[in-house]
Amino acid sequence: MSALDQPATASNVVTGSAVVCRGVTKEFGSGDSVVRALRGIDVDVEFGELTLLVGPSGCGKTTLISIIAGLLDPTEGEVEMLGQDRRNLTGRKLVQFRAENIGFVFQQYNLLPSLTAAENVAVPLLVRGQERLPSIQKAVEMLDAVGLGDRANSMPSQLSGGQQQRVAIARSLVNQPRLLVCDEPTAALDAKSGRNVMGLLRDVALSSNRAVIVVTHDNRVYDFGDRIVSMSDGRVECVEERPSNPHS
Amino acid sequence: MNWLAWKMLTGDRAKYFGIVFGVAFGSLLIAQQSSIFVGLMRRTSSQILDVTEADVWVMDQRQQNVDEIRPMPDNRLYQVRGVEGVAWAVRLYKGLVRIRTDDGQFRQAILVGVDDSTFVGAPRQMKQGEHADLRRPDGIVVDEAGYRVLFPGQPVELGRTLDMNDRRAVVVGICDVTPPFQTFPVIYTRYSQATQFIPRERNTLSFILAKAEPGVDKDELSARIRHQTSLQAMSWDDFFWFNIRYYLENTGIPVNFGITVTLGFIVGAAIAGQTFYLFTLENLKQFGSLKAMGVDNLRLVGMILFQAMAVGLMGFGIGIGMAAGFFEAMEISGQADLRGMFVPWQVIAMTAAAVGMIVVVASLLSLRRVLVLEPAVVFK
Ligand SMILES: Nc1ncnc2c1ncn2[C@@H]1O[C@H](COP(=O)(O)OP(=O)(O)OP(=O)(O)O)[C@@H](O)[C@H]1O
Ligand SMILES: [Mg+2]
Repeated sequence: MSALDQPATASNVVTGSAVVCRGVTKEFGSGDSVVRALRGIDVDVEFGELTLLVGPSGCGKTTLISIIAGLLDPTEGEVEMLGQDRRNLTGRKLVQFRAENIGFVFQQYNLLPSLTAAENVAVPLLVRGQERLPSIQKAVEMLDAVGLGDRANSMPSQLSGGQQQRVAIARSLVNQPRLLVCDEPTAALDAKSGRNVMGLLRDVALSSNRAVIVVTHDNRVYDFGDRIVSMSDGRVECVEERPSNPHS
Repeated sequence: MNWLAWKMLTGDRAKYFGIVFGVAFGSLLIAQQSSIFVGLMRRTSSQILDVTEADVWVMDQRQQNVDEIRPMPDNRLYQVRGVEGVAWAVRLYKGLVRIRTDDGQFRQAILVGVDDSTFVGAPRQMKQGEHADLRRPDGIVVDEAGYRVLFPGQPVELGRTLDMNDRRAVVVGICDVTPPFQTFPVIYTRYSQATQFIPRERNTLSFILAKAEPGVDKDELSARIRHQTSLQAMSWDDFFWFNIRYYLENTGIPVNFGITVTLGFIVGAAIAGQTFYLFTLENLKQFGSLKAMGVDNLRLVGMILFQAMAVGLMGFGIGIGMAAGFFEAMEISGQADLRGMFVPWQVIAMTAAAVGMIVVVASLLSLRRVLVLEPAVVFK
C-alpha cells in the first residue's frame, strides 16, 4: 500500500457525497458595484471521483471552490462539507476543519521558498502541532509516493514546475485529507507535466476514496475527469459524467 | 511554528541581513550618541565625582555650577564648622590657571587646592607619588592625560617643573582623574600653595566640603547650613545633578545630541521597519496559504512577533556590541576626547526600548495586512 492510499480513519468515514451545494450564491461588494460571482449553484462532489470544474474566465470557478474548501462564506444557499453543515463551521472550528480535512493545490504551487521539498510537505503536519522530525519523515514518504523521493532535500527553486506541483500535491496529501481542492494545477505546466500531475491527482482520488475537485482551463486534461462540471456566468451549465473513463 | 517563522525570516539572506543591519545601525547610532552625551554630561561634573570624602558641598549663594566660581571670604569656613551636625569642614580651591612649560608654551589647566592637612579632595588614584608628597614645597600632582598635554612626547616621570603665575611648581605625583569637560590638565596642590599659583584676589575660597556627623542626614545638614550661613549647600549627588542640569539648560549639547539620537531612531526605524514591512508583504501569499492550511490569526501573530523579536534582539545585540567596541577601541587608541566613556546600562535600556518600539511598530503595520488577509487569496 503506498502512502497515497491511506484508508480514511473511522471518524472520517462519511457516506454520501463529499460536498453538496444547493442554491449557492456569492456576491462581492454592495450597492451599485456589486459583483454576482455565483448565481445559484447546485453541485455534488462525489468520493472516489475526480471532478473537473471548467468554464470561461470570470465565470466563478475559483469563487466556487473557495466556498467548497471553506475559504469563503457563501452569500446564500446551503453547503454540506463531508457531512457537516457549513453554517455550523465558524471561526476556529472552520480553521481546524480545514486543517484536518482539506488539502489545497494552487496554480502557483505556493511552496515556501526557504524550505526544502520535504520541509514544505511537512508544513500541514507542523501546523497541526506535530513534532518536526517525524513530520519530515512522513513528508519524505509522501514525496516518495509522488515520485520525488530523491528530491526531498532540494529547494523549490531547484525543481521544475511539474516537480514543484508534485511537491505541492504531496503537501496537500500529507494530512490524508478527504477532500482535495486544486485551482488550475496544470496552468503553469507544459503538456507532459500537466498530464503527469493530473494522472497523479486521479490516482489519489480513485485509490483512496477521496474526493478531488480540480478547476481547469486546460482542455488537454479533460479526459482525466470522472465528472465535468461546466460553468458559465455564475451558473452550472451542464454536468457530464464519464463512467467509462479511459484512464480508470 | 517558531521554526517555520525562523525559516521564513532567514530564507532570503539578503533581506534578513538588511533588516538586522537596519536595527543594528539604528541601535548603534542611538547607543553611541546617547553614551557620548551621557559621558559629556558626566564630565561637566567630573570634579564633583572625584571628591568622595565629603557629604555636603557648600558654595556661594549665586553659584550655578562647578566651573564659574564665586569665591567666598575665608571666614565662611568657620561658620560652616559651627553648624551643628558638621563633623568636619575643609576648604577647596578650584579655578583655571595659566601654565608656562619649560619650552615656553602657555597652557590652561584646572587647579584644585585641597585641604593642607587632610588632603580632602585630592585624587583617589595615584599612579606615581602619594598624597603626602604634596607637602613638599611647590609640589603639584598632575593627571596623566594632562601630563601628556603639558609635556608631549616625554616619559611620564616625577620631578619635572613648570611655571604658574611666575612661580615654579614641581611635579611630585601623577594621578588618574575623571576626564573633565574641557580637556584641560588637572593639577592638584595644597590650598595654601594654590593661592600662590594664582594672581592675588580678595577671596579665594571656592568650596567648603563638609562631612555630616554619624547619624545626621546629609540633606538635613545641607538645609541647616543654608539656614545658618546663607550660603548654598547641597549633598554630593544633588550638586552633581544641579551642575548637570545647568549644562543641560544652558548649552546646545542636549539639542545637538537629541537630534542625532532622534536621527538614529528614525534611520533605524525606517530601514528596519520598512524592510520588515516589505518582507511581510512579500510573504503575504505564504501567510495566506498557511491560513488556508489551518493556521489561525493568533498563531500568525505569534509568528510575526517572533520574527520581529528575532531581528530586534539580533540587531540590538550587534548595535550595542558595536557601540561598546567603539568606546573600547577609543580607550585603547588613547583618544583623549572620548576617554573614560562607556555605554551605561541606562542607555542600553533606552536603546532596547527604542528598538522594541521600532520592531513592534513595524510588525503591527505588517500584522494588520496579514490579519485582514482572506485565506481565499491563495487562489488568486
Ligand atoms: N474578492 C473579490 N471581490 C470582488 N469581486 C471578485 C472577487 N473575487 C472574484 N470576484 C469576481 O467574481 C467573478 C468570478 O471570479 P472567479 O475568480 O471566481 O472567476 P474564475 O472562473 O476563477 O476566473 P479565472 O478562470 O480567470 O480564474 C469575477 O467577475 C471576479 O471579478
Ligand atoms: Mg480562477
